[in-house]
Amino acid sequence: MMAAPFFDVQKVRKDFPILSQTMSGHPLVYLDNAATTQKPRQVIERMDHFLRHENANIHRGVYRLSEDATRFCDQARSKVREFLNASKDSEIIFVRGATEAINLVAAGFGRKLLKNGDEIIISAMEHHANIVPWQALCQEKGLVLRVIPVNDRGELDLETFEKLLGPRTYLVAITHVSNALGTVNPVKEIIKMAHHAGACVLIDGAQSAPHQKVDVQEMDCDFYCFSGHKIYGPTGIGVLYGKEKHLLAMDPYQYGGDMIETVSFEKTTYALPPHKFEAGTPAIAEIIGLGEAVDYLKAIGFAAIHQQEKELLDYATKKLLQIPGLKIIGTAAEKESLISFVFDQIHPHDMGTVLGEFGIAVRAGHHCAMPLMKRFQVPATTRASFAFYNTKVEVDVLAAAVLRATELFK
Amino acid sequence: MNETRPNGHAGEIKLSELYQEVILDHNKRPRNFKKPDNVTSFAHGVNPLCGDDYHVYLRRDAQGLIQAAGFEGQGCAISKSSASIMTTMVEGKNTAEANELKDAFIRLLTQDTAGAVEREKVGRLKIFEGVKQYPIRVKCATLAWRALEEALKENNQRLEKVTTEE
Repeated sequence: MMAAPFFDVQKVRKDFPILSQTMSGHPLVYLDNAATTQKPRQVIERMDHFLRHENANIHRGVYRLSEDATRFCDQARSKVREFLNASKDSEIIFVRGATEAINLVAAGFGRKLLKNGDEIIISAMEHHANIVPWQALCQEKGLVLRVIPVNDRGELDLETFEKLLGPRTYLVAITHVSNALGTVNPVKEIIKMAHHAGACVLIDGAQSAPHQKVDVQEMDCDFYCFSGHKIYGPTGIGVLYGKEKHLLAMDPYQYGGDMIETVSFEKTTYALPPHKFEAGTPAIAEIIGLGEAVDYLKAIGFAAIHQQEKELLDYATKKLLQIPGLKIIGTAAEKESLISFVFDQIHPHDMGTVLGEFGIAVRAGHHCAMPLMKRFQVPATTRASFAFYNTKVEVDVLAAAVLRATELFK
Repeated sequence: MNETRPNGHAGEIKLSELYQEVILDHNKRPRNFKKPDNVTSFAHGVNPLCGDDYHVYLRRDAQGLIQAAGFEGQGCAISKSSASIMTTMVEGKNTAEANELKDAFIRLLTQDTAGAVEREKVGRLKIFEGVKQYPIRVKCATLAWRALEEALKENNQRLEKVTTEE
């Protein structure tokens, strides 16, 4: 057995300036990491340094500043390639976030290649970002949208999935980890089944990239996407990975500068991937910040991250279940570190307001997964989502505040 | 970090101002939480951001006087207690009086200049003033009242659904 990696949470917490702040007069207990993660000073300082001393547009100038900025962006792309273990830098496309990545695939791949009567399979636990773009595409092109059901524990029903797969299934778009339940889906198996049926697979990695080592080649997905701000990087930047053969076949997503090869008024030829999909000046400082976030995660290592988050999840599950009336929504065998919970007598928004007064940041609502809320017959849940910088003491604070809320609403 | 339950802390005081006993009581035992017989006017109010969803029902006589008010639906303690108290206060009022109450209540929660005049007008709805400290919750408190406003309109002018996000 491998020795447990050493992880000093107090030392790591010092990297995150915001964690030493207070909220509503209490030490901030930040448990909304599935919405966005806090930023380490390494990311903040790298972006600050770029903006102060290195800012220039990329791919344009022949002067030193521009050459350096271009090189920094290229390096960030290589870092992300390594982060996902893609085979080529050109398979890494910078976008605004996972939402834009999915829209890009719907527009560039779906609109171009899918034909009337073709089928797309999603699941009942998708975020709206992985439902609505496909729904709109289905309406536009006369496609059929099919949905894999979820069992009472919040796991995908793969037997039904097998039956949904058919000769017209063109694309399967599935989340790796559910943002509302924490369920880790068996994506390798899903991808194998889909490929066997001749379908391509997009994996929404918004909630998996922060928690586990992703290897897109081993997974064998056709597309994978994530958002920078959920992996301790800045907002406004995200990544779409696509297999080269798909990226070459797809249409561009937006048109403009940087994505062309030659332009005349008669005809424009497009650049090769990734530039084909990156029209206009990108979010340069954010790309560089994302590269720094990837370095930061690499330095900590996913073995340590996984161990710390697993401990937090197990401890929090145990502590919260001791509170009378609390019900956890999402009890899959494989979960990432988030807990959605409800009470019969306390609405999640009231819970969120009470917790906020104790300095605890959680999410209360439908988590952009309204069909899933309907499946579990709840209007909303309170969600505590943990990162490696959270502590067991913070879990105790959460449990005590939840208990206080139950007294208030008894 | 050891101080996990700070009794008497400012946050506790703010919370007790928001969740007053009367509000908690109406949340737990909502009044008129049903559809009255022979409903003449009704409206549907939703907050798409949080999923709060209520149907408000009125039975009005030929002169427009509210004889009975009721509501059904789901949502947080603030929205439910506000709807509950609303139904107890509008009975016996005509359209103009009910609208006047609604306007004063919404002004009290949304306008900094609101004060003694509104407080006087809204009577026991004063207990919702604590909501002002939680801007995002103001929509909870006013949701049923927006639905009431719609229900009070003539049938042909009424919207199918009112939402907090327009």
